[in-house]
Amino acid sequence: MTATILQYLFYMALLVGLAFPLGLYITKVMNGERIPGVSKVLTPCENLIYKVMRVKADEQMGWKKYLLSVVLFNLFGFLLLFLLCLCQGFLPFNPQHIEGNSWHLAFNTASSFMTNTNWQAYSGENALSYFTQFMGLTVQNFVSAATGIAVLFAFIRGLIKVKSQGLGSFWVDLTKIILYILLPICLVMTVLLVSQGVAQSFAPAETVDLLEPIAVDSEGNILEDAVIDGDKVLVEGAVVEGAVIVRKQIVPLGPAASQISMKQLGTNGGGFYGVNSSHPLENTTPFSNMLEMLALLVIPVALCFTFGRGVKDKRQGRAIFLAMFLMLAAFLAVIAVNEQAATPQLAQNGAVDLSNIQQAGGNMEGKESRFGIASSATWASWTTAASNGSVNSMHDSYTPIGGMITMLQMQLGEVIFGGVGCGLYGMLAFAILAVFIAGLMVGRTPEYLGKKIEPYEMKWAVLVCLATPIGILVGSGIAAAVPGVMESLNNAGAHGFSEMLYAYSSAGGNNGSAFAGFNANTPFLNVSIGLVMLFARFLPITGILAIAGSMIQKKKLATTAGTLSTSNGLFIFLLIFVVLLVGALSFFPALALGPLAEFLGMTA
Amino acid sequence: MKTLKNVLPRAFICILIFTVICGIVYTAVCTGIAQLLFPNQANGSIIEIDGKKYGCELLAQQYTDESHMWGRIMNIDVTTYTGEDGKPLMYASPSNLSPASEEFEQLVGERVKKIREAHPQQGDVPVPVDLVTCSGSGLDPDISTAAAEYQIPRLAEARGIPEQEVRSIVKRYTNHRFLGIFGEETVNVLKVNLALDGLIS
Repeated sequence: MTATILQYLFYMALLVGLAFPLGLYITKVMNGERIPGVSKVLTPCENLIYKVMRVKADEQMGWKKYLLSVVLFNLFGFLLLFLLCLCQGFLPFNPQHIEGNSWHLAFNTASSFMTNTNWQAYSGENALSYFTQFMGLTVQNFVSAATGIAVLFAFIRGLIKVKSQGLGSFWVDLTKIILYILLPICLVMTVLLVSQGVAQSFAPAETVDLLEPIAVDSEGNILEDAVIDGDKVLVEGAVVEGAVIVRKQIVPLGPAASQISMKQLGTNGGGFYGVNSSHPLENTTPFSNMLEMLALLVIPVALCFTFGRGVKDKRQGRAIFLAMFLMLAAFLAVIAVNEQAATPQLAQNGAVDLSNIQQAGGNMEGKESRFGIASSATWASWTTAASNGSVNSMHDSYTPIGGMITMLQMQLGEVIFGGVGCGLYGMLAFAILAVFIAGLMVGRTPEYLGKKIEPYEMKWAVLVCLATPIGILVGSGIAAAVPGVMESLNNAGAHGFSEMLYAYSSAGGNNGSAFAGFNANTPFLNVSIGLVMLFARFLPITGILAIAGSMIQKKKLATTAGTLSTSNGLFIFLLIFVVLLVGALSFFPALALGPLAEFLGMTA
Repeated sequence: MKTLKNVLPRAFICILIFTVICGIVYTAVCTGIAQLLFPNQANGSIIEIDGKKYGCELLAQQYTDESHMWGRIMNIDVTTYTGEDGKPLMYASPSNLSPASEEFEQLVGERVKKIREAHPQQGDVPVPVDLVTCSGSGLDPDISTAAAEYQIPRLAEARGIPEQEVRSIVKRYTNHRFLGIFGEETVNVLKVNLALDGLIS
């Protein structure tokens, strides 16, 4: 058990240890400082891109122009991916001869990857060609992540500049983020992943022999206790007509590692394979797992420190970081304890060994033995906190309470570190909400970082904070009433409801993970989940840029004895309280119908 | 209107530029390095002996023979993929069942019964959880050391060899935690079986 607990501690320590220097590096990049070794190679590329695009490196956009650039750029990205999915049957690099997707699946996939959600209504190895994977998904992994970080920087500029207009240039932000931050890290990570056995090739899928051939009937059902004699299949001595002997296994390949490293780093999460990072060819060893797991949360954590430096007050960044970190640690503990304890249904009155001796023990349903409970629970908590959505174990098979926490982290609006960029700007909207509430209590005009918060900012901040709950509740509410949706459920009763609620929580939080038994590839679900993702992505972006555009014009107030500190313990507590309050008020009824009901049934 | 005219063409060129950089250049560079440095890993870690491909060391197969070590429970799928000769290929998927459901309770009960019948040597010793649960990918190639240890007496008896010999094979194909801390200690089932069959040593 000590070894298991040590793992949790080391993972958390490594995360913060890596994020701190990365935060410093990001600050330098975004300030345009020269970075020894890196700038020499990348600055010429950067300048070439500006030249081709005919943009000035020092352009200053107003918030509306910045927003328009974000929207149009993403719109073209969406169209490109949509067309790739539809037409992949006629395009090259398709050795498995996979046909084009249906229009609704293509719509869902394009919305999903453009909004940094990466919900998978498809299974990568049988629904997408290599070409779609690397020309479409990999590209969106980069640009959707960069979009989130760019909007964050525009917002930070809005907070620190005084009585001006310009939030910076979206084109410049995007280029710097991709060239200096994302590409170099991904390149190194890809090589490390391949060294562990993650596939990276353009060759068609391999087939290998099975050590023990399998006999199936004509419909593909396994014939238990069958005896294979040459080409004949015998069950209890009688020949089975129409039986088929399966002698080979498929080993799906493709340019996987290059996409996997980016889907982790950019809090995207859309796997190369259907079962995501639990697939042994996507996440091979404990080392590859550690790499992928750290990558999924390191940028969102680093950005807290970058934020502190950006607003010239490191304590502000530390306060936001601590609020997020405390919630993350608490939620991780709940998941870990519940998964290690497993369920009475699995324990079978002691007939199954759930101990922690010579094995991970606990609830191993849906978990890989090389990851056990510690590496699976940590991943589950980080990926739902970070709006990454990649999984290395099946959340559908988590214990009721363990699964509920993963869902709750998404429902809180993906602000416990959250997606790259968007998690932090989401949390800053909650910070604005918190200073407003505190201001009401003490009867002072609320201010954040020396800028007055007025009705205009408040209205947008509330919309940003409520976008996720609205998307989730309206989406799942409608879905619950639509006939036919029930057929998509894999489990019965309360857990079935949880599967549907999870799907919309994942879309509303732009997370992308799933209770994967849920069959989401139907026209209604593809379209409605796609719309929720678009709503939950672009309403907050609009709100945040509008707030930035208004804040930048304001003058900075002097700090006095009456100013509410936004960096002390009291504020951290208040911020956590506001986040949990909004989440609890919005979702308690829904959670009571799903996971809580299941939990009570489990122990009854 | 003026802003739209300014932004529209740039947005279009911008997505094309990054499609070239992040889609083509990046993927090509990664594939080049991977194929050069780690050709075996990049191409699926296939175990090939004298031209015959005995399996992928990373993907599980199903073993039911009493002289083979057994792995995690598999949810086998033979309908999704077919080979060039039109014959079905084996793949697998996770169960996605709730571990608190009645259906699951019943399934595990059946698995426990089956495993205990096949391991009379173990009597009433609790069955290691890995042997009665389906993995996250459905293709988990490993089991815990406890699950491997549980099967050793049965394997030794079925093959008529001393337990110590089986145990030394298991030990050889045990994967350790990274730095002794991260992940879990596991045994690669395919490699153990190939070694028991005398195909690898």
